[in-house]
Amino acid sequence: MTKKRIAVKDIAKPSAKLTELRKEDFKPLPAPFDTPESTPDFAPLGDKAREQYEASLDDTLAVSIPKPKNKQEEDELVAKFLSGLQKLFTKENNWTFLQPLLLSMDHCATCHTCSDACHIYEASGRNPVYRPGYRSEVFRRLYKKYVKSKGGLLQAWRDGEIELNWTTVARLAELAYRCNLCRRCAQTCPIGVDNGLIGHEIRKLLSQEMGIAPKELHESGSVLQLKVGSSTGMNDTVVKDNIEFIDEEVSEKTGLEIHTPWDKEGADILLVHNAGEILSWPMNPGAFAVIFESAGVSWTMSSDLAGYDSVNYGVWYDDAQFARVAVKHAEIAKKLKVKKIVLGECGHAHKALTVIADRVLTGELNVPRESSMVTLENLIMSGRIKVDPDRNDFPVTLHDPCNLVRLMGVVEPQRRILRRIAPRFREMEPHGVHNYCCGGGSGFAIMSGHNFGDWRAQVAGRKKVEQILNAFQDELDPSIKKYVCAPCSNCKGQLRDLFNYYDLWEKHSILYDGLVELIVNCMTNVEPGFIEWEMH
Amino acid sequence: MPGSILLVIAYACVVVFVAAIAHRALKIARLPMHLRWELYPVAHEKGRSRYGGSYLEESDWWTKPRSMSLLGELKVMIPEILLLEGVWEHNRPHWFRTFPFHFGLYVLAGLITILLVGGVAVGAGASVSADATLVGKGLYHLTYVVGYLGLGLGLLGTLALLARRTFDPEYREYTKRADFFNLAFFAATFAVALLAHGGADPDFAGLRAFFARLVTFNFSSAAAVPWATGLEIVLASLLLAYVPLTHMSHFFTKWFMYHDIRWSDEPNLAGGKIERQVGTALNYPVSWSAAHIRGDGKKTWAEVATSDVEEDKQ
Repeated sequence: MTKKRIAVKDIAKPSAKLTELRKEDFKPLPAPFDTPESTPDFAPLGDKAREQYEASLDDTLAVSIPKPKNKQEEDELVAKFLSGLQKLFTKENNWTFLQPLLLSMDHCATCHTCSDACHIYEASGRNPVYRPGYRSEVFRRLYKKYVKSKGGLLQAWRDGEIELNWTTVARLAELAYRCNLCRRCAQTCPIGVDNGLIGHEIRKLLSQEMGIAPKELHESGSVLQLKVGSSTGMNDTVVKDNIEFIDEEVSEKTGLEIHTPWDKEGADILLVHNAGEILSWPMNPGAFAVIFESAGVSWTMSSDLAGYDSVNYGVWYDDAQFARVAVKHAEIAKKLKVKKIVLGECGHAHKALTVIADRVLTGELNVPRESSMVTLENLIMSGRIKVDPDRNDFPVTLHDPCNLVRLMGVVEPQRRILRRIAPRFREMEPHGVHNYCCGGGSGFAIMSGHNFGDWRAQVAGRKKVEQILNAFQDELDPSIKKYVCAPCSNCKGQLRDLFNYYDLWEKHSILYDGLVELIVNCMTNVEPGFIEWEMH
Repeated sequence: MPGSILLVIAYACVVVFVAAIAHRALKIARLPMHLRWELYPVAHEKGRSRYGGSYLEESDWWTKPRSMSLLGELKVMIPEILLLEGVWEHNRPHWFRTFPFHFGLYVLAGLITILLVGGVAVGAGASVSADATLVGKGLYHLTYVVGYLGLGLGLLGTLALLARRTFDPEYREYTKRADFFNLAFFAATFAVALLAHGGADPDFAGLRAFFARLVTFNFSSAAAVPWATGLEIVLASLLLAYVPLTHMSHFFTKWFMYHDIRWSDEPNLAGGKIERQVGTALNYPVSWSAAHIRGDGKKTWAEVATSDVEEDKQ
């Protein structure tokens, strides 16, 4: 076991890597994955990547910071980090999170009550670097040494030792991306300290001051979305073509005539999907269209820039990018004069626009926002959608997206729907606000550079695999088709990768998909067999 | 030990204690409003807190009145504060160490209250002793029972925490020298107090007499106090002043962490206080220097939020 002791101050000591990841250390999975040979080996990080990027934290890379060319470049980057650290604790630059950050900086009792709540720490075999408090303690010591005081012996005596050099910055940057920001650890803190928030703030410092962020989140994420309209790269013409194709597909499958309305001024609802659904899980937006059209809902989609993509990656790493996207979404709703925005099956988009942006949008931009879970429940329970639960006579479990549940409190609507439409629904344990992240949270689901996909499957997603196997433990027989309902696009991305990695569909007939697909699968006015029982 | 000096120390420490709490609380309260960052369950969500639901589960929630429950908050806060329920649930081995420490402190807070009541009674000429009337007798017996219980639990918990932070590598790594000092400070105070009462002041009558002079500001009759009791008063007074100056101030900042962050789910409604505060914050100048922001210290958050990404122009 790699039970090597790693001290907080070790983060500053140059070495090939601070910790190593070994498959034999990882927490064992339940049968039939309980033997080392039953799961894939952890892919090593390539030598080329190690030469090119700062990879001295562990055995993977998420941020991929190019190595500075010389000491002068290193010093400049450290100076930039320090200037960002100072700014992070000013009200002008960080009014958005200053109070929560300061309280979390000043009051941790290092009781380690949060540690075992972390699925990454647990799955890694309690790797000391992945302890939620490790990253926070490094950052706390830096804050206390360089922001709160002027250093000195008394300060080190009081707050602990830490050295700031390029090794510290480079490792801390990667370490900020070994946390899903699911905030399960914060739930357990008796004082209220939030390690997830600290990870979030480190990411912000890196992005907002140093321009350091994973390419998938920034350059190919929020920047692309604000330029082209979607982080998928789809512009308005492409998205309309794709939706037209989806309309044709679902019309054929359901026997209904489906036409998605575009840019309809005065509609009751502006429906905004994670555009990833349109490309990767097209039956999801299709199913929404079937439900809304069948129920006679007044709704529309928008073809304006960012209006057809609800993602807001800024919520994971950058307040400026977050605000820009949130304002775009609100401006579109205002322009279309809709009564409310309804967010499709995307957890972080829910939280970003409904909760976090609540204190960004003012005046006419403060257009009401509602979760599709609530809208769908209303349609089903009011009888506007007729269902035949017998069509869903297979085992179903529910994955709770952290952003929707723990961070927003939308817990029961989706459950009430499932209890109505899925007679063999069973919960995972734990579930609801105490759920575990899928391992794809905070942007990880779209990050697979180098061997990070392996890390996601072996470490970040391990707990979710365990939960899913346990939920179906009596029915793992591949002759029984099973369904993991995951009403979140990023979670589905992670589940797709996990299911492929562990062959859950091939070996155990466990499939994942959204909630609306299950609903349409049992709607009495459509042809049976909406769910496609194949891995996608 | 001269009683008048002890009185001066005690008053000074009480002033530092109150001033430090007031200063820190005001500083926290005056920080700008932050973005919503609540964490469910939110205890005041009436009818929903038991499973962690929110008002966002309602269709058209913005058209409906919010249903909040103070009782719901109390049902969470009381067991959390008194019994450290979170640690019990998530870190049981630590609970057996930290609970006696914290509960001991609560009992000692009770002891101070009892001593203040006893001091007022003695100052008013009433008798608090084994031979007094029912109330005086009750107060007399209650004082030493509560005193020994609080000091005993406090010392036990402190030593257990100290041992864990010394011998358990996972804890030792995160324990600063100041943390060892803090625990040693508590342990010394509890130990000296137990020694003082075990020897010179077994029924806490000497301490009550000091409290009587404390509440009546009576410097004139300040008689000498046995050295052990005097040391107990000095240590306890200094500890009282010291705690709110450290991270142990979580005993009151926890209120902000729960009410201002974890449970802060108040929606921003048109024309409301939050909207005005957002308006102020959006006009703060930005100086983040990454290429996609290029804050110059003049550009505001509102301008950044409504501007395009221009990093390629740099």
